[in-house]
Amino acid sequence: MAGFAFELVSPEKLLFSGDVEEVVIPGIEGDFAVLKDHAPVISALRPGVLSCKDTKGEKQVLFVRGGFADVSTNGLIVLAEQAVPLTEMNDERFAHEVKLASDELASAQTEDSRRLASERLAQIETLRSVVRH
Amino acid sequence: MPSLKDLRTRISTVKATQKITKAMQMVAAAKLRRAQAAAEAARPYAARLNSVLVNLAESEISNPSAPRLLAGTGTDKMHLLVVCTAERGLCGGFNSSIARLAREKALALIAAGKTVKIICVGKKGNDLLKRQFAKEIIEFVDLRSVRHIGFENADQIGRNIIARFENGEFDIATLFFARFRSVIQQIPTAQQIIPAVMSSRDVKGPISQAVYDYEPDEAEILSLLLPRNISMQVFSALIENAASEQGARMSAMDNATRNAGDMIRKQTIRYNRLRQANITKELIEIISGAEAL
Repeated sequence: MAGFAFELVSPEKLLFSGDVEEVVIPGIEGDFAVLKDHAPVISALRPGVLSCKDTKGEKQVLFVRGGFADVSTNGLIVLAEQAVPLTEMNDERFAHEVKLASDELASAQTEDSRRLASERLAQIETLRSVVRH
Repeated sequence: MPSLKDLRTRISTVKATQKITKAMQMVAAAKLRRAQAAAEAARPYAARLNSVLVNLAESEISNPSAPRLLAGTGTDKMHLLVVCTAERGLCGGFNSSIARLAREKALALIAAGKTVKIICVGKKGNDLLKRQFAKEIIEFVDLRSVRHIGFENADQIGRNIIARFENGEFDIATLFFARFRSVIQQIPTAQQIIPAVMSSRDVKGPISQAVYDYEPDEAEILSLLLPRNISMQVFSALIENAASEQGARMSAMDNATRNAGDMIRKQTIRYNRLRQANITKELIEIISGAEAL
């Protein structure tokens, strides 16, 4: 099956670039899968699991924290604040993520940002309990 | 007139100094390579973020309810200057050229009757500016303990700036740093970050004209993107700075090593001449003593 161009970039480096068949993205309003010739979408991400299947059928699963997905006619670009292979996510890393999220919650000033921060915290907590078991 | 012994010590001192500058140069060269790779690695993210932002901003800027980070507060009375410099000296004119640019800008703004506030990132900039602008400096971010600058450091600074903006502490923010051009050329740059300046010339390839779906809606995406863009700009300023600092240090230390070499050569010639003169003098004394007998 034909693939499409996918790039996963974090501020520190280009993590992945190549042709893939399918990418499942943790959008802020729910997970969605991107296949070839997807309609153009820009979506914010929530902390969650991104999985992609390359053209050879090999699967990669990564934890991403916040960011954006840009689906255009040229392919898919995911701008993640951080992306770590899920197998490398240990308790320590999760604890760090939880701390970041709760710091953000504590420093949130407006109603909106407080709501967003508490959602993030809840998402990370759920993810942690899912990955542990 | 220095004695032979004086000259010998002088030569060995200069030699020791040369060894140090040589070592610093090599360390800077190694660090430069790493810093340059980091700067390079950050570029795709910045470019993509920018292209998404340009796409969005064009449709939103005319909107009266556009976020203030994009549209500005409508005034320009209070300016925030974020001055990013190195934590260490001995890197040629690197720190002072950034500080000079910031100082000129600050003085021009003050002369125009604006209020100026300064955040110093990096110890050297703070040292250079604090005497003249003691009242204006509102914060000093110390990154000395940070060995490798990560996005999180920049994000903290970015959040701090945004929090201050939301408190109405300033209207316009400008970032000062040195753009890395080459080992011998670093360009001190002032870049306005609030309100955001869209530079569509940086966008690679054509801006896609396709109609996007936005999830959640455009305004909300934009309000999420803008703070991230500021953190990203701080981040790229910091890593450009890191590369520039190492480049500046490398060429400064290269110069120093060469100067030390010149000095050693000159002193050695002087030393040899003096030694030869002493020998000649002694010979003349012996010969004229023998003739007198």
